[in-house]
Amino acid sequence: MKQLIFRRLLQLVCVVWGVGTLTFVLMRALPGDMAYRIAASRYGQDNVDSQAAALVRNELQLDLPPWLAYWHWLMDLLQFKLGHSLVSGEPVIDSVQHMLGHSLLLAVAGLCLSALIAVPLGLFSAWRGNPLDSVLMGLSSMVRAMPVFVLGVLLLLVFALHWNWFPVAGFGTAMHLVLPALTLAISFAAISNRVVRDSAKQVFGSSFYTFSQVKGLSKWRTFQRHGIRNIALPVVAFLGIQLVSMIEGIVMIESLFSWPGIGHGLAHAIFARDIPVIQGAALAMGALFVLLNTLVDIVCHWIDPRGGMPV
Amino acid sequence: MRSLFRFIRQMGFGFLASFLVVYGSMSWAASSKENTLSISSAFEFTSLDPSKNGYIYTRMQLLETLLDVNSKGQLVPALASKWKVSEDAKSWRFTLRDKVHFHDGSLMDANAVVKSLTIAKQKHGALRKAPIESIQAIDSKTVEVRLTKPYLLLGAILAHYSNAILAPASYGKKGDVLALSGTGPYQLSLYAPPHKLVVEKNSAYWGKKASIPYVSYLTGHRAESRVMQARSGQADIVFGLAPAALPLLKKLPSLTLYSNSIPRTIALKVNSGHPFLNDVRARQALSLAINRTGIAKSILRIPDSEAEQLLPPSMTDWYLPTISKEPMPLESAQALLASLGWKKNADGVLERDGKTFDLTLITYADRPELTTVATALQAQWNAIGVRTKVNVTNSSAIPMGHQDGSLEVALMARNYGFIANPLGVILSDFGANGGDWGAMNWHNKTMSTLLGSLEHTTDPKKYHQLAQQAAQLIYQQRPMIPVSYYVQQTAVNNRVKGFHFDPFERSFFLNDLEFKSP
Repeated sequence: MKQLIFRRLLQLVCVVWGVGTLTFVLMRALPGDMAYRIAASRYGQDNVDSQAAALVRNELQLDLPPWLAYWHWLMDLLQFKLGHSLVSGEPVIDSVQHMLGHSLLLAVAGLCLSALIAVPLGLFSAWRGNPLDSVLMGLSSMVRAMPVFVLGVLLLLVFALHWNWFPVAGFGTAMHLVLPALTLAISFAAISNRVVRDSAKQVFGSSFYTFSQVKGLSKWRTFQRHGIRNIALPVVAFLGIQLVSMIEGIVMIESLFSWPGIGHGLAHAIFARDIPVIQGAALAMGALFVLLNTLVDIVCHWIDPRGGMPV
Repeated sequence: MRSLFRFIRQMGFGFLASFLVVYGSMSWAASSKENTLSISSAFEFTSLDPSKNGYIYTRMQLLETLLDVNSKGQLVPALASKWKVSEDAKSWRFTLRDKVHFHDGSLMDANAVVKSLTIAKQKHGALRKAPIESIQAIDSKTVEVRLTKPYLLLGAILAHYSNAILAPASYGKKGDVLALSGTGPYQLSLYAPPHKLVVEKNSAYWGKKASIPYVSYLTGHRAESRVMQARSGQADIVFGLAPAALPLLKKLPSLTLYSNSIPRTIALKVNSGHPFLNDVRARQALSLAINRTGIAKSILRIPDSEAEQLLPPSMTDWYLPTISKEPMPLESAQALLASLGWKKNADGVLERDGKTFDLTLITYADRPELTTVATALQAQWNAIGVRTKVNVTNSSAIPMGHQDGSLEVALMARNYGFIANPLGVILSDFGANGGDWGAMNWHNKTMSTLLGSLEHTTDPKKYHQLAQQAAQLIYQQRPMIPVSYYVQQTAVNNRVKGFHFDPFERSFFLNDLEFKSP
């Protein structure tokens, strides 16, 4: 266990450095003058001009050579300082906390809901086989092919406009969470039910599963004893990894439901060339990725300890 | 190592706090649907600083300025009950209103005003560009602004949101804004940038007290989402509705729709120094080739919003009432181009001295209608043989392209009411060297003389005469080509009464609003 934590910590340091450096290089390589971009985001489209850009350039020392700016960033990072947003002037850590907190909440709620949809559907597909399996798979392909934005609008039309059960947009109460989480969950369940179905089909068709029934165990007992763990292994690995892509890939949902998450915040920061916020968000997501990987490995080891502790 | 633990702890507590904030009852728990007016608009806010996001805070009536602007664009008293300009127009004296308190309880006096204005002057904004020599308190109720030269725009500039007056305790040591303690009829209750703002009524307000206890503002990024907020009744007032949604919304008995003209114009900035555009006939031809009626009707879906002139009819000094449309615009455009030596080649593209008439038009997606209008212009100019490449970029590319000379043509939405007196924007757009958002490589001595005179003219008749001459010059020379005027579409739920729209978009007039009794 100690070795695992040590190795993952080392991995974390490498990821943080790598992600930060890559973000720095990519942002500097983008075309356009950073000072103008930042000034446009700071003062608004009506109020951006060359004087505003000159003010920003001077205040933020944007004329510094890239290597010196990189050195300053690296030194700050070593002291665990993420700096201040170039647009709002607020500490990056506050922005990242606010955005990532909301994104995590949405992603976890979406993931739980998607598990509630995908697991029964996947198992049912694998258990009943055709023609139900083909129908459900076709349906999930259809949902997956639909842009998440369209799905969100459909849910809004039904649940917010027609029945008036949930608010259209905003945040602050559990009611505000329902529709964005459901949109995310349905979109995500359309993939994860396939993983569950494939995994279940493989287990249901395996010799050890047949043998357990032949030796006299009931269908439910067989499923409980030999099904759940074996099916869960690839599903847990898939869900764990998907959580991070969910957090970063929900820009449209956040935008549609006015949800202050990191996907939307990151997109805005990129348009504004707000490098400290981009780096802060990327670092937090990189760290989250390592953390989730570690957690998934530990959970997988707990489900199936045969392969030994991962390192 | 200690820093590392502190960092991890901060992040951990931060996430935990965010979760609790969402699930727990928030600080504005006292507000409910019954006592809260909810507003939805497209604008985000990221900073407390009025120089950055002051337009949200003055609209939400948290902040006020020394002078206000009425619907006709005239200056009226606000925090200053009266003001006087010296004979040489180099000194402005403002007498402050009595017994006005900031939201933090402190008294608004001359020192507080001087501090706010001095800080505003150091930041980006119109005040920074004004020829100010000093801002000083004469006594506790009088503030004097001394100028290095006569500058009649000062009143309009002081009415700008970036020059809002805040309590001295709102500022940090370096002039950064730490709290939003203004003097308005509402005070801050919840601040959750970039999306949500809740304000509650200020019972100690000096003027007309608000009737609605709470007002919430939610940024609705997507037009579809804002329409649904209006339809579902979640938002009481929704600004910036897409024209396509209006027919549907008009049918709803719960809503009243308002269409209000605002002094914003969709216009083309033209590089008059470009070899293809340096002759006025080329710019006139491009202007003639634009089917403005089609754009207004089919793209913007606002019939009669087509603009032949830069400034809208509401700005009477700058609007030419006698302009008539060209009866055969396309033929006239082609004739003008032919007179410049352009001939169509086998591909239908204009060619002169072996060079084809190719232009790059840049625009930005902050206002989604601009990209659609840009592609319509592309098709309309292609019809006369001008091959146009549309490049959708960031709005900052326009001032940047102006400065480095790379800009050819840019499509934008220019707000001529940004400063209450349009002369402020005209001066920065058509001054000696043009402007980042105005003329480019267009040098006209008559225009410079006219603008110079307008800066000092106090007589309204003479001002009108000079402004008309300047407008005529812009119309004839076409350093900027207008396309269409803006109309703000707003949906108001019928449970709200007293709504009226500010064409200068300075205020939502929240203290005039009431809920109808059920």
